Amino acid sequence: MTVEHTLAADALTLAYGDRTIVEALSLAVPAGRITTIVGANACGKSTLLKSMARLLSPVAGHVLLDGKSIHRMPTRQVARVLGLLPQSPIAPDGIAVSDLVSRGRHPHQGPLARWTSADDAAIAGALEATGTAHLADRSVDELSGGQRQRVWIAMALAQQTDLLLLDEPTTFLDISHQIDVLDLLTDLNRDRGTTIVMVLHDLNLAARYADHLVAMVDGRILAAGEPASVLTTDVVRAVFGLESRIMPDPLTGRPMVIPLGRHHTITDADAPA
Amino acid sequence: MSVTTSAVQATDIVRAGRRRRRRRWIAVTSVLAAVALIAYALSLMVGQTFYSPAEVWGVLTGQRLPGASFTVGELRLPRATTALLTGLCFGMGGVVFQTMLRNPLASPDVIGISSGASAAAVTGIVVLGLGETPVSFLATGAALMAALLIYLLAYKRGGSGARLILIGIGVAAICNSVVSYVISRAAEWDLQTAMRWITGNLNDASWDKVLPLSAVMVLVVPALLLLARDLELLRVGDETASALGVRVERSRLLLIVTAVCLLAFATAAAGPISFVAFLAGPIAVRILGPVGSPVLPAGLVGAVLVLVSDFVAQYALGTRLPVGVVTGVLGAPYLVYLLIRSSRTGGSSL
Repeated sequence: MTVEHTLAADALTLAYGDRTIVEALSLAVPAGRITTIVGANACGKSTLLKSMARLLSPVAGHVLLDGKSIHRMPTRQVARVLGLLPQSPIAPDGIAVSDLVSRGRHPHQGPLARWTSADDAAIAGALEATGTAHLADRSVDELSGGQRQRVWIAMALAQQTDLLLLDEPTTFLDISHQIDVLDLLTDLNRDRGTTIVMVLHDLNLAARYADHLVAMVDGRILAAGEPASVLTTDVVRAVFGLESRIMPDPLTGRPMVIPLGRHHTITDADAPA
Repeated sequence: MSVTTSAVQATDIVRAGRRRRRRRWIAVTSVLAAVALIAYALSLMVGQTFYSPAEVWGVLTGQRLPGASFTVGELRLPRATTALLTGLCFGMGGVVFQTMLRNPLASPDVIGISSGASAAAVTGIVVLGLGETPVSFLATGAALMAALLIYLLAYKRGGSGARLILIGIGVAAICNSVVSYVISRAAEWDLQTAMRWITGNLNDASWDKVLPLSAVMVLVVPALLLLARDLELLRVGDETASALGVRVERSRLLLIVTAVCLLAFATAAAGPISFVAFLAGPIAVRILGPVGSPVLPAGLVGAVLVLVSDFVAQYALGTRLPVGVVTGVLGAPYLVYLLIRSSRTGGSSL
């Protein structure tokens, strides 16, 4: 990657009508790293992601792509640099996998959509990278949830953007497919240097896969940085209103959150401090 | 990754798949175009009197042939041309709405856009005494207003497809009652003209009705065919399409305006021929499969539907009926089927 594209939010205020969702939020996305955003439902994390992808205009402040306000840039120009996978994209009925993935080439094509061998190679590369090449001619309708999510990621990869934003890419997937998708995104980050920003629900997965963890409460950032420094019992309490213990994951050394409920707890004396 | 395929092979698979879809689209569209042309040619040849292809060709190339010149040149040619063009317009306009709203029930003749055009046109003819071209523009304006009204009422608070359809059916009912009211007040000599606004009729097809329609089509159809690509991209959802570089709001607005123009001018020329816009899209999609834009194929299916239905309406039933009666008989059962299916599954797609 010769050019590292940068993405940042500068004093960003976002609202739906009168309802302010995000207020005066600033965030610099580290280039070439994986950033995950966590927070309770309705804390504004998806809204922030949408605005960073140019889908929602700010009430105040800017989203800066390479230092320029993204909302003043042409859609197609943005789409060559920044890709987004929304929470629930819609697969047209009966569409073939390779046909869906090929839509990722749109920002690179002229008004008459002449296909070049570069387009074919990009689509093939995206199918390969996501392990869906053998599904190329299948109908998306026939695929399992995990396969389908891979196909959507393939479409975003075919777009060949240096920045990729994903809104809860693991929702509705079982645990093995969640790991599968997150490993795939990590491969992408490590092999191609793609900057990834994603909203994740699962705190432990977010901490494991993030280089940079952002915790949001009520439309603002409570803490941001390395997962080990961000994920503390205080932060978990402030973000989710949940008491927890945090210990290093024996496998990865990353922080692991163990929620404290009212039941199923060994006596306090037995629990590690 | 259970199966590994080499990059070269994957590229070949991608290319082969794209070419296969492209070939299928071209083949289906060509066959539909051929069927539409054959239906057009037959409706020039066949009628109370049969004229051979040579005679029809003679009339088309400007020779004076006794009998044929009048029957083919003055009666059948404007009628068949109106059928062909209105069918194209209804089919293309309908499938744009059905695809954009991801619901076959969202056809302009179900959600009140065609009814808006009808109400304006009938008012223009009966109350204001306007000629063909002003009526066409009035109908277009009213259809756009109806589309805007439905859009505003349905999308005010983030509307769903089902809500839009229900509101559209309400708008259709209002517009249809305007049509009924105006016709009930019409002088008797206007009735024949005004009646075509109820079901659609080609009995008074004439060149001065074809002219504004064909002029608009020359401008609008190429634009719509270019926009068809954006329409295909919009099918993955607004947010995804926007992330792919589509200017969603602008594309949607242009699609609505072009589709409404075609529908309104076609309605002004032949009345709201029942259910053609509603039927053409799903039939075209069924024949075509998921291999590309259904806009042009749907237009061709629409043309075949109107041409064949008009032939049936004129000659097959002993008495001459308005074409809309025949298309209505075809469309109504399909509407009932869709309503039953959508109430069972809670939604439906094209």
